[in-house]
Amino acid sequence: MSSATATGLAHAAKAIKPRRPRTRRGVELAMLVFAVLIALAAYADVGLARTHKVPPDMLTYGLGLGALVIVAHVAVRRFASYADPLLLPCAALLNGVGLVLIHRLDLVAPKAENSDATLQLAWTAIGVVGFIVVLIVVRDHRRLQRYTYTSMLLGVLLLAIPSILPARFSEVNGARNWIRFAGFSIQPGEFAKILLVVFVAGFLVAKRDALALASHRFLGLDLPRGRDLGPIIVAWLVSVGLLVRGRDLGMSMLFFGIFIVMLYIATERLSWLLIGLLLFVGGTFVAYHLFAHVRERFEIWLHPFRYAKTTGYQLVQGLYGFSSGGLMGTGLGKGRPDLVPFAKSDFIVSTIGEELGLTGLMAILLVYVVMVTRGLRASLSVRDSFGKLLAAGLAVSLAVQVFVVVGGVMRLIPLTGITTPFLSYGGSSLVSNWALIALLLRISDSARRPAPPPTPRPDDAATQVVRL
Amino acid sequence: MNKPIRRVAIACLLLFAALLVNANVVQFADAKNLRDKPGNTRTLYAQYDRQRGDIVTAAGDAIASSTPTTDTLKYLRTYSNGPVYAPVTGFYSIVYGATDIESAENAILAGTDDRLFVRQLTNLITGRTPQGGSVVLTIDPALQTAAYQALAGRKGAVVAVDPSTGAILALVTSPSYDPNVLSSHDDKSITANWKQLNADPNNPMLDRALSETYPPGSTFKLVTAAAALSSGGYTPQSSIPAPNVLPYPNSTKSLPNYAGEKCGDGKTTTLIDALTISCNTAFGALGETLGQDALRKQAEAFGFNSTFSVPMKSASSVFPTGLDDAQTIQSAIGQYNVRTTPLQMAMVAATIANGGTLMKPYLVKQLVGPDLAVIDTTKPTVIRQAISAEVAAELTTMMESVIDKGTGTTAQIPGVKVAGKTGTAENAPGKPPHAWFVSFAPAASPKIAVAVVVENGGGVNDATGAKVAAPIAKAVMSAALKESQ
Repeated sequence: MSSATATGLAHAAKAIKPRRPRTRRGVELAMLVFAVLIALAAYADVGLARTHKVPPDMLTYGLGLGALVIVAHVAVRRFASYADPLLLPCAALLNGVGLVLIHRLDLVAPKAENSDATLQLAWTAIGVVGFIVVLIVVRDHRRLQRYTYTSMLLGVLLLAIPSILPARFSEVNGARNWIRFAGFSIQPGEFAKILLVVFVAGFLVAKRDALALASHRFLGLDLPRGRDLGPIIVAWLVSVGLLVRGRDLGMSMLFFGIFIVMLYIATERLSWLLIGLLLFVGGTFVAYHLFAHVRERFEIWLHPFRYAKTTGYQLVQGLYGFSSGGLMGTGLGKGRPDLVPFAKSDFIVSTIGEELGLTGLMAILLVYVVMVTRGLRASLSVRDSFGKLLAAGLAVSLAVQVFVVVGGVMRLIPLTGITTPFLSYGGSSLVSNWALIALLLRISDSARRPAPPPTPRPDDAATQVVRL
Repeated sequence: MNKPIRRVAIACLLLFAALLVNANVVQFADAKNLRDKPGNTRTLYAQYDRQRGDIVTAAGDAIASSTPTTDTLKYLRTYSNGPVYAPVTGFYSIVYGATDIESAENAILAGTDDRLFVRQLTNLITGRTPQGGSVVLTIDPALQTAAYQALAGRKGAVVAVDPSTGAILALVTSPSYDPNVLSSHDDKSITANWKQLNADPNNPMLDRALSETYPPGSTFKLVTAAAALSSGGYTPQSSIPAPNVLPYPNSTKSLPNYAGEKCGDGKTTTLIDALTISCNTAFGALGETLGQDALRKQAEAFGFNSTFSVPMKSASSVFPTGLDDAQTIQSAIGQYNVRTTPLQMAMVAATIANGGTLMKPYLVKQLVGPDLAVIDTTKPTVIRQAISAEVAAELTTMMESVIDKGTGTTAQIPGVKVAGKTGTAENAPGKPPHAWFVSFAPAASPKIAVAVVVENGGGVNDATGAKVAAPIAKAVMSAALKESQ
């Protein structure tokens, strides 16, 4: 683009007097109110179904959730006023519905103090605080590019800690992917997910030309040079390491999936996708033959009813839950989702399927579709490569995570232990996903924010003469 | 970079499309299949939320009912006199599902039957909890109890039917089990009880009346006699060969009489006398003369080689095919591979009592809605005319003779003409024979037909049908006749 035409355009824009794009904050507020009302209605429904009364703590709950989303909304108004108006309401809706479902499951097995729903509400508050902190600290997402390698170090460290710690500090239900101390437990993988997306985006922005251009042509495909294969091999090794040391099949699949997709977006080369796929298939094949726990997952996936009373119990109970829900569901509080082990965390979608039916489940899935497409929309419209990669990586991580967990629970793919974003019980998952949404909002804000008015140039007059 | 991002967006949408399609498969297309999986206790849990209907005897006593509880399953299924009625009611378990009437009439009991739809819709609108309907059985508690007590814990079964309708008046198996121990809400104790019952060598959960087959022994001579009379070549007074031993064709072995006894003069006897004293050689020779096809045709007319649904499906009684002459001889006296359920032998007696008409046996008399309105009443159904009325009358005379002066005198009831036939069926070398008795009374206008089997004669070495089984049949018939007076 020559400087002459650029200035010409700037003048044309000035001449038309462009409308400032609307911030759409009003839409966001309306949708947030709607989301909170849905969650409140669901909460009332649970109470009516279980005790035939509107729950007495409904006001507290409503005010709590309402206050949290309003605070988040105000922060968006203040710090990212052009951000996408649908991402926050979607997150609030899922978080609210998740709270109701956890509360509903609490009623079946009450605890002496601090019900899981109360804890989850506290985690929601922490998540919202984290959300605001991210919005404030990250005023421009491009600044994150400076921390490319710091992110990598931190992410890998987080992932590695559980493997280094003794099992009693890191193992929960057979998977070594936790950090546990002093009554707290953190799933570092959830945070590492975001850090690694930041790293991969920064890394690819720097290296994409080499990865995309230098190639041999073979069988109609542009194959990368051998030495450029380094990063993908490293990502693959990290995934395999997760699988072997941490027995964390879900996170392993998630990381590798995100990496391959981002690599493809950065290079626009299908060959990377194919190499990734081959590595994935190869890795799965080797893992299947080497590790009993991977074989077991496949075996349960293929023949769940053979293991209905043993290793496949959870999956089979989940499937029974879905089937008993049918089209319309039993109604909140009227099913038996408690028959499914870990109904609050990994298997929360089976509660949705049972009590809200196919209709409710599809609605929830479509909320995720909206979130993912809004994230990708931000990726498409943001101007810088780093922002594009970061937004796409975060959006895809959401999509892949939902696919891996819902597909696993509904027996589309082998089951892997992984949380359902915003719905599942668990602080790490909630806080990290709120941070993820904050980053997407930040990128969408910079995508939609009008460019600052052009500064007058010294040769302005001369150009005007030319125009005459 | 936007082109690959758009492609990735499409790929993401495809992932979600796959999830949505899969959700439709699991929750809609495949849902019924999943709901009906035998291990799926959810369907059962859902049913515990409403009061299940009672199972009631013909006299109106509830033998299975649901009582409200305070635990998570809102109703507990309880059985009164559980072991007595267990083969009829079955159990209703959160771990092992439901059996027998609990299973067969589940739709009515659970209230999901379409015939209850309008009532349940009203309940839905008025906000009342839907209830199940009740099932009224044909079982007469007096006969059921008499039969259970008469068996006194020995391995065996008793089936009593009303010959004119096919209504099952008593269906007893022994030893039995208490369905209460499998129908509690404590799955650990249910599992433990289940294991214990299954490990019991006496097999208390086996329904010997419907599901077990035994060699019928001499009671099968009724079928052979029916085949002879139906062939037109015989009357009860016909003279038939009755050697002391009947050599098997093409064999060095031969068929002896019971305990080496003589029939008549040791050369011939009449058909009626042969049945009266249960002469093996006479019936063996008669079977050989009639041929296996005539015997099988007659047996199948009575219901052999097919099953009854009462509504529980009985085991099929068997008259085998492809017999050689020696096997035909043995089959004619109810040995070799002839096998029968106690129900089948009760239906043979009932058919003779009912002028040759085989009625469809049934256990459910009425289905009653939760509002006590009768939804359905079973109408007696004819299966077929198994023998002519004349042959039935001739057989009745012969069976009266068995009781009056033959092997069945132990079943005589003062003041009542009883018709019957004993059976002492060898089953395994070295083990006492199974004791059988089939009968009906009063012979002129039968109210009840009974079949009794006591496995291995209850362990008595010189057990016979007359000694062991006939007194049980007598007790049941007496109970029935006392009621009808």
